[in-house]
Amino acid sequence: MVLVLALGDLHIPHRASDLPPKFKSMLVPGKIQHIVCTGNLCIKEVHDYLKTVCPDLHIARGEYDEETRYPETKTLTIGQFKLGVCHGHQVIPWGDLDSLAMLQRQLDVDILVTGHTHQFTAYKHEAGVVINPGSATGSYSSITYDVNPSFVLMDIDGLRVVVYVYELIDGEVKVDKIDFKKTTTSNA
Amino acid sequence: MLIANGIEDEDKWLAEGIAGIQHSAFYLHRALDSNNLREALKYSAQLLSELRTSRLSPHKYYELYMRAFDELRRLEMFFKDENRHGCPVVDLYELVQHAGNILPRLYLLCTVGSIYIKSKETPAKDVLKDLVEMCRGVQHPIRGLFLRSYLAQISRDKLPDIASDYEGEGDTFMDAVEFVLQNFAEMNKLWVRMQHQGSLREKEKLDKERNELRDLVGKNLHVLSQIEGVDLDIYRDTVLPKVLEQVVNCKDELAQYYLMDCIIQVFPDEYHLQTLETLLGAFPQLQSAVDIKTVLSRLMERLSNYAASSPEVLPDFLQVEAFTKLSNAIGKVIEAQVDMPIVGAITLYVSLLTFTLHVHPDRLDYVDQVLGACVKKLSGKAKLQDSRATKQVVALLSTPLEKYNNIVTALTLSNYPRVMDHLDAATNKVMAIVIIQSIMKNNTCVSTSDKVEVLFELIKGLIKDMDGTSTDELDEEDFKEEQNSVARLMHMLYNDDPEEMLNIMNTVWKYIMAGGSKRLPFTVPPLVFSALKLVRRLHGQDGDVAGEEVPATPKKIFQLLNQIIEALSVVPAPELALRLYLQCAEAANDCDLEPVTYEFFTQAFVLYEEEVADSKAQVTAIHLIIGTLQRMNVFGVENRDTLTHKATGYSAKLLKKPDQCRAVYACSHLFWVDDQDGIKDGERVLLCLKRSLRIANAAQQMVNVTRGSSGPVTLFVEILNKYLYFFEKGSPQITTAAIQGLIELIKTEMQSDSSTSNPASDAFFASTLRYIQFQKQKGGAMGEKYDPIKL
Repeated sequence: MVLVLALGDLHIPHRASDLPPKFKSMLVPGKIQHIVCTGNLCIKEVHDYLKTVCPDLHIARGEYDEETRYPETKTLTIGQFKLGVCHGHQVIPWGDLDSLAMLQRQLDVDILVTGHTHQFTAYKHEAGVVINPGSATGSYSSITYDVNPSFVLMDIDGLRVVVYVYELIDGEVKVDKIDFKKTTTSNA
Repeated sequence: MLIANGIEDEDKWLAEGIAGIQHSAFYLHRALDSNNLREALKYSAQLLSELRTSRLSPHKYYELYMRAFDELRRLEMFFKDENRHGCPVVDLYELVQHAGNILPRLYLLCTVGSIYIKSKETPAKDVLKDLVEMCRGVQHPIRGLFLRSYLAQISRDKLPDIASDYEGEGDTFMDAVEFVLQNFAEMNKLWVRMQHQGSLREKEKLDKERNELRDLVGKNLHVLSQIEGVDLDIYRDTVLPKVLEQVVNCKDELAQYYLMDCIIQVFPDEYHLQTLETLLGAFPQLQSAVDIKTVLSRLMERLSNYAASSPEVLPDFLQVEAFTKLSNAIGKVIEAQVDMPIVGAITLYVSLLTFTLHVHPDRLDYVDQVLGACVKKLSGKAKLQDSRATKQVVALLSTPLEKYNNIVTALTLSNYPRVMDHLDAATNKVMAIVIIQSIMKNNTCVSTSDKVEVLFELIKGLIKDMDGTSTDELDEEDFKEEQNSVARLMHMLYNDDPEEMLNIMNTVWKYIMAGGSKRLPFTVPPLVFSALKLVRRLHGQDGDVAGEEVPATPKKIFQLLNQIIEALSVVPAPELALRLYLQCAEAANDCDLEPVTYEFFTQAFVLYEEEVADSKAQVTAIHLIIGTLQRMNVFGVENRDTLTHKATGYSAKLLKKPDQCRAVYACSHLFWVDDQDGIKDGERVLLCLKRSLRIANAAQQMVNVTRGSSGPVTLFVEILNKYLYFFEKGSPQITTAAIQGLIELIKTEMQSDSSTSNPASDAFFASTLRYIQFQKQKGGAMGEKYDPIKL
């Protein structure tokens, strides 16, 4: 069982001052094996903080990131799964599933993690799963109204991934989960 | 050389003295064993003569004294048992006075006196009085101090206290008090006299020796505090006045410092509270060299702790007007001691402030008063340079923050900013960061523009260049951290009421606009997003009532936003400004404000045209423009056409062909919006896709020419995917024939001799075909649609 934290669009300090305290207390160092981040941190302090939570940190560039050298897309293999990360402002129309599916086919990954809309979503389609962890700080978005802070934890175990989404609603952390199973033929 | 000799000599004399005592002790023990009173007296006197030396320092004399003390205990046991020597204690008391030298005589007398009191044949007070007076006979400081210390020691358990064995008719605790007070007074006199014993050169050595003896004197105060009969009234009416009289009149700084502190430590806090005026009244009368501030600070510390541990006594503090008295006393001390360095005065104020916060936390007027006194002390002087003093000022300013955990309270203290004004620029910034951290830690919300104004005045060192400094001197990392703190702070400034929120934003803008080109990139974005949040809130509320003049409207806020983002041109920060303009455009679109939205797009395009030169930055920028434009629903046909035309035009003009290709097919989405009322112009979509195909072709040819082989077919596969997208949406212009043609084209390219295989594009094509197959196999309408496509 491998735990992968997926989060992004924190927009610190432009749109938020910090992660919600309840989230911070959950993100304990040493419990997570990998972090994939959709970008828009935006400053080095946030990068350093995420590094303390887990040193294996993969970040894709968001359009407000201070660090301009993060890659536009990143792919990595964890267990039986190939993951891809992209902020999502590059894929037009923003948040459009079919356009994201094209990116997923292009990157040839089972799980595509993308952001920009600040809205948690998890879709299964022909090419695989698209996950948007939302905004970890619940920051303002021109695309989504009433954003709740959220992040995703993926538990990868063999051919199965359980996606836990943590959302802060009215001061309480609510958890939901979705199961995805990979069929070995889908990535021939 | 001389000193070394001196120490050697002292050790020698001490050894001699001890030897002498041991010698006499030998014979004394023999006399005691044979119950020979005469002999016992003779040898004990001989033994005690060793204490007549004046050659030893207090430290060494003490060693000698302890030996003698031990022997005197044996003697006392002998004296006590009348059966052994047959002499009644009354007679014994008379007998010992025949000893030749006064010092041995008095030691013996005290020893017998102890037994005399125990016998109860005579009131304790008579004996005590006699002894304390007779000890006057020894005026040598060290010898006299040890003698009286002996007296104090042996009388300790025989004082006529309440419920003691020695209380009786005419024998009250007041007699005990009298006795101890007198012994104390005499001991203090002896102690003070020591300073005249040596030359000025030896002053340091003398002070050291005096300090070694101070506990002998102080012990008396301790005994006084233990006398049961001494209650608050007695303390106030008798003990304290007499002790203070002694302290003041001795005019010796070493004694005064030690004894004042001793009084404070030894007697209960409750007493101090009730005698505060008297106690404080003594301070101005002390010698100028006495470190009064330390003593005062310790007093306030004790009282603070007293208040903290026993909240039920808080009303007493109010009743005795403790704060006012202490405040006045401090004022007087600072005034009187003109040479007191500034750090001393500030330390006093820090103690007073801590006291106030513990005892009267709700009295903000008191807290402000303390700060005000500090301001007065600091005014008229140049900015503080002494680092210890600035540390104390930072402590002074931080303490209320920690206590109240709410910056808003500190903001109401009118003298708070005035104190900060006296700090040098660097410390001012340190303090500003402390304030911001306090707000962040406590999640405090600052909710009115007035308070925001006060707050920003306090942190102005961070917001703009103060006199004499410039941002160039700063370490870049530190500067970034500072500005990011200010940015984070801005999210804590909030009010539900839109009017007030707009006021707050105007206030913030007023302060940060003067921040200069280095600061604006940090401070502008948070303000912009605060404003956008407000717009959304206003828009969400029920619509404007026609004719009503409401000060806070989205339009007004957009005007402000325009101003704010424009300021970034001085930095310059075109990429950031472009992004912010696009954010505003989306917000204006949601408010149905077509002209405002158009204006924001214009600004964005102008920046793109004129300022964004870097090719990579252009790619991102154009995608942001396209992405935003795609979502706009407020535009009429004309405006929309102008902007889409511009967007597609710039897309085709990007430097690298692949970038051009991608941007142009992204533009295809400008002509197809999936909403009910959205534009669905299949013709223009196809035009874009065909254009991007041409560009992809040209790109392939270029690679052919420059590298001698064909490039990856990725672009074609991407375009194919786009064809499929619009095909599925039902755009009639996208035919199965076109799709089929594209598939063949790609296959051909991949199989051609000059092609270099590229696993990524191979996989991409493969997964695209797989997708087509999947759709075909879906059956139903989708399956039918895909049926003509052959793989």
